Amino acid sequence: MRTARAVLRKDLLLELRTLETLPAMILFSITTFVIFHFALNRETIAGQLAAGVLVATLLFAAMLAINRLFVAEREQGGFDAFLLAPVDRTALLVAKAAALFTFLVVLEVIAVPAFALLLLGPSLGPPLGGLVLLLALADVALAVIGTLVSAIAVQTRARDLIGPIIGLPLLIPALIATARGAGPLLARHGAGFPSGRWLAILALYDVVFALLAYAVFDFLLED
Amino acid sequence: MTTYGRGLRGLALATILTTTTALALVFFYAPLDADQGFIQKIFYIHVPLAIMSLCGFVIGALFAIGHLRTGDRRYDMRSYVAIHMSLIFGIAGLLAGSIWAKASWGHWWVWGDPTLVSFLIVLLLFATYQPLRFSIEDPERQARYASVFAIVAGAFVPLNFIAVRLSQGFVHPRVLTLSGGNLPGPMRLTFAVSLLAVALLFATLWKYELAAKNARIQVRRLRRELLGDDAVAPLRRSAAPS
Amino acid sequence: MDQRPVIELRGLVRHFGERTALRDVSVSVPAGATLAILGRNGAGKSTLLRILATLLRPHGGEVAVLGEPLPRRAFAVRGRLGLVAHDPLLYRDLSGRENLRYHAQLRGLEMGRVEEVLEAVGMARRADDPVRLLSRGMVQRLAVCRAVLHEPQVLLLDEPRANLDPAAGELVEPLIGRASSATRVITGHDPAAAVAEADLVLGLREGRAAFVGEPGKISDRILRELYA
Repeated sequence: MRTARAVLRKDLLLELRTLETLPAMILFSITTFVIFHFALNRETIAGQLAAGVLVATLLFAAMLAINRLFVAEREQGGFDAFLLAPVDRTALLVAKAAALFTFLVVLEVIAVPAFALLLLGPSLGPPLGGLVLLLALADVALAVIGTLVSAIAVQTRARDLIGPIIGLPLLIPALIATARGAGPLLARHGAGFPSGRWLAILALYDVVFALLAYAVFDFLLED
Repeated sequence: MTTYGRGLRGLALATILTTTTALALVFFYAPLDADQGFIQKIFYIHVPLAIMSLCGFVIGALFAIGHLRTGDRRYDMRSYVAIHMSLIFGIAGLLAGSIWAKASWGHWWVWGDPTLVSFLIVLLLFATYQPLRFSIEDPERQARYASVFAIVAGAFVPLNFIAVRLSQGFVHPRVLTLSGGNLPGPMRLTFAVSLLAVALLFATLWKYELAAKNARIQVRRLRRELLGDDAVAPLRRSAAPS
Repeated sequence: MDQRPVIELRGLVRHFGERTALRDVSVSVPAGATLAILGRNGAGKSTLLRILATLLRPHGGEVAVLGEPLPRRAFAVRGRLGLVAHDPLLYRDLSGRENLRYHAQLRGLEMGRVEEVLEAVGMARRADDPVRLLSRGMVQRLAVCRAVLHEPQVLLLDEPRANLDPAAGELVEPLIGRASSATRVITGHDPAAAVAEADLVLGLREGRAAFVGEPGKISDRILRELYA
């Protein structure tokens, strides 16, 4: 997909140049961990509580990126530029979802160790592989739904508000699976690998919504 | 020209008849539940409302598919009415469910009931449908985006129920017996009639609202043709299709 | 050579909500010709241009560009159109060169072509500055580069010489002027200039075609009516 690669390259180049989204996501996450420390009044947390705090924080940080995903297209004529080219239009969906996925991975590379440092009681070593897999599947869900919702929201007047209120309910099943899957991983003497049930839900969710997004995305672009 | 008014009177009559029958059955025929007593009868309004609401969302999604495939804005109107009515029915059903929960288990809300919880999430999602429409000014784009949303949200409903159900380790037994399990004969009949009554009510209101909207659009169109574009005041920004 | 008109409109209709933006517009543009569209603001000029650019769908009537009916065959014709509009369609935080490379990648063109057009408009030296630091005239020149990068057969130009001083105007002339051998559709706010360039003129008034014909046939009265 030459087109998707071109768009993705352009987006990553833009982010490197402007550094608008990623630093904000990272700062937001770390600040949120600090807030949770005070709000819960705990030195360390573990188990399901830790999983909940981590996943909720990542979810809301993702919302920041989702709100900004198509803003440059909307404000600087990027949609027209893309629509004028003789290319498959769903490549835009693929490229933007890939960009969002990339941002989330970079975020987690920094935020998860920060979480382990600041709040997590048990060691992150043993369950790390399982956690990475779980978060990877969750990131796909966030990327697909986020791109879809962002494309819808960017054409509305209340852009920053519409994105989260539509996206968050849609993401609840993925959130459930990720948080519940991570709970045992982050417990003291907990499991090393997430239960298959949660991975299955995430995988199903990813496949269904990826296919659905692919089917409807064209309708969001045409005029 | 589409008319929605045809058959409306008959439908309304059928609705009134069925509703009266259902109420009679609920109060005089259905036996009292051994555990919960009289308050259990809320079940006959809560579950049909919830079922109809979910069906309505799915119907809305189907009409939305029709709209995207054909570009015919009438599908969008049908979809819009179905969804916003399902939201109203759903909120009513949720409130009824809450009252039932309070009477049965002493709490206005129980997280232990996966159906109720899933339903809340679905309502939270569909509650964004009208704000979404309202915030897109171009009517064509509004209709298209609303249809995309309706389809995605419609697909979300079953996925959501599965995920929430799987996440519940403990499911309250009482709920299962009454909403999924075996109902004794008289209760089953009462429930069936109640469900039919709610469905007919939904259909009647749906048709009625479509007829009213359609009439308004025809009037505007006629005025434009006869008096010119300037004689008709532009529509205010609206969530409804025009 | 195909003798069919490059652009053919028959009874074109386009709505915007309840308003009708274009109503029963018909015109036929032969290969290599220049069509000038005149009319007040809001008459429908930009809408018409965007329909020809395949960015908007017609709501009624027939549109054919390069023999392909729109919107059904829009994908077949998109690669042969070039659009210069109010918005330069460039990302402000990327440089001119980066923007053009993006467009070249989108269309599968060689990078050498990017350098070629940059040279042609005299922007080679400033091509690495972010677009937001450039003057409007320079941005306009880059926009022209973007539009002609893929050597389109049809040029759609909405006030193409806006913000260009005479020197810059001369630089872009071979790319988007009569010498470019492309079939062109121009809109602009200066009817005299547009008429001077055109082989055919379409006058729009409130979405309707008030005048279609050769520039010589436009009288002052018609011009006054169009802009009244």
